Amino acid sequence: MTDLSVDLGFVKLKNPVLAASGTFGYGREFAPFLDLDKLGGFVAKGLYYDPREGNPPPRLVETASGLINAIGLQGVGVEAFAEKVLPGLRDFDTALIVNVCGAGEEEYVRVIEYLDEKPGIAAYELNISCPNVKKEGLCPALSPEWTHSLVRRAKKASRRPVITKLSPNVTDIVEIALAAEEAGTDGISLINTVLAMAVDVETRRPKLANVFGGLSGPAVKPIALRMVYQVATRVKVPVIGIGGIMSGTDALEFLIAGARAVQVGTANFVDPEAAARIVAEMRAFGESRRIEKIEDVIGTIRI
Amino acid sequence: MIKNARAPLVQSERWNDYFLLTFEAPGIAREARPGQFLMIKVSPEPYPLLRRPLSIHGRSGDAVEVFFKVAGSGTEILSRKKPGETADILGPLGRGYRLDGDLRGKKAWCVGGGRGIAPLNFLAEELRALGAEVRIFYGGRSVEDLPLRDKFEKRGFPAVCSTDDGTFGFHGFVTDLLEKEGGAAKPDSLYVCGPDAMMEAVAKLSRVWGVPAEFSLESLMGCGIGACWGCVKRIKKEGSEGWVKICEDGPVFARDEIVWPGDVP
Repeated sequence: MTDLSVDLGFVKLKNPVLAASGTFGYGREFAPFLDLDKLGGFVAKGLYYDPREGNPPPRLVETASGLINAIGLQGVGVEAFAEKVLPGLRDFDTALIVNVCGAGEEEYVRVIEYLDEKPGIAAYELNISCPNVKKEGLCPALSPEWTHSLVRRAKKASRRPVITKLSPNVTDIVEIALAAEEAGTDGISLINTVLAMAVDVETRRPKLANVFGGLSGPAVKPIALRMVYQVATRVKVPVIGIGGIMSGTDALEFLIAGARAVQVGTANFVDPEAAARIVAEMRAFGESRRIEKIEDVIGTIRI
Repeated sequence: MIKNARAPLVQSERWNDYFLLTFEAPGIAREARPGQFLMIKVSPEPYPLLRRPLSIHGRSGDAVEVFFKVAGSGTEILSRKKPGETADILGPLGRGYRLDGDLRGKKAWCVGGGRGIAPLNFLAEELRALGAEVRIFYGGRSVEDLPLRDKFEKRGFPAVCSTDDGTFGFHGFVTDLLEKEGGAAKPDSLYVCGPDAMMEAVAKLSRVWGVPAEFSLESLMGCGIGACWGCVKRIKKEGSEGWVKICEDGPVFARDEIVWPGDVP
């Protein structure tokens, strides 16, 4: 039996597979399809303090082996989350990470302070990298200074561990990761979606009402893997790999490149059982190769 | 809802770009309600990546039917499936037509435009089983867009057809035909699926008539199970108006729940 558990330092996961924010709803949507307890954990959909309306449709377009979305972080807000969602998640034995959003630094802090009073949350993931909220994908994760300032304030406000989710839409991902680490982040997750667009040749209009959106799915996996490798070799905090993971071997590529855990995103849309299947595939791989602990695989890439 | 990863295709019928496929999927067939839909992964390959949402056209025994027009790579691949090949089907999903109250002897009119006829066959069967007097209004651009007209006749549903170009039935929009037919005696309820402009025209007419109407809305969908928030429409819900996921709260909505483009704010 391969031991799939991984220690992120601030939290121990029963296996390295988390479901990614924005692709797993608030968890309950997937209960008919998979046993949430089989996952290392899941990251709840991004939360602003107040309910948020999101972008007008069309919000989605499928491209070659990928999906561009411009949902715009529609969500229920912290109060409804705490009252209606959190109680229903108490019975599950899996790590709940809450993705935290804000229109400015103040709002991130307000969300964290509100949720800090509520039980059942393992960590926060700072969403500083959603490309669909401001014009042209502008977000804190595009600047090391902005990232540093925000992470620092969030860390100061929070009594729980903080993971910082980075954007791939930067020139130097390592610079941003180092800024987050210096500001005290407990972990780094990457990548958020790749800023993208699609055009309808008949109408000559963008296929998304928001014009731009974020590309995810198998199309972005090689970019994600490269960035995870670059960051994991430079920071000391644990790295969580995200980007186009559809199978157990996809997930293992990220672990070998240096991620201590992974998040499964778009695959959840294609197959609601995907995250649990990926755990099973990872276990089967480990057993067939006589790997004692999955942690022994992490960062073993031979260059 | 059930995931049947290997539902075998038992029959495929074709009329130009229109296809009617029958899959054996006992669990899904058992639970299916008119107006609900399926999410079908047309190929195990990563392209096309997402499942395709298709409304349930019919059910017979252990089988479910889907009716669609080829509109892109996903439906194109699906259309090429041969009997014996399988598809990965998730369903039944969403909330279908309400079918509340005693429908015995009630005049229930189903109005479909083009591929929007898809969910109305299953609905018509159910309405008839509930004792309603069912009429089907079936509109298309041209006679080629009315491939199911013979089937409806065989199944004993009076189908009143219209074509925009006059190649079959009433010459004009299906909404004009509906207005004409309703002049003598109005229906008790309307059930609608089709292009946006056609549905809005029926909504207006039903308001004038004072007849309740339900509409099946269509959207691209990422997941079909309420997780991606990609398939929203403007809907009035619990006193306020917002972007509502049609996969979860729909795809069928009552007329007055829908915010129509022509509504004055």
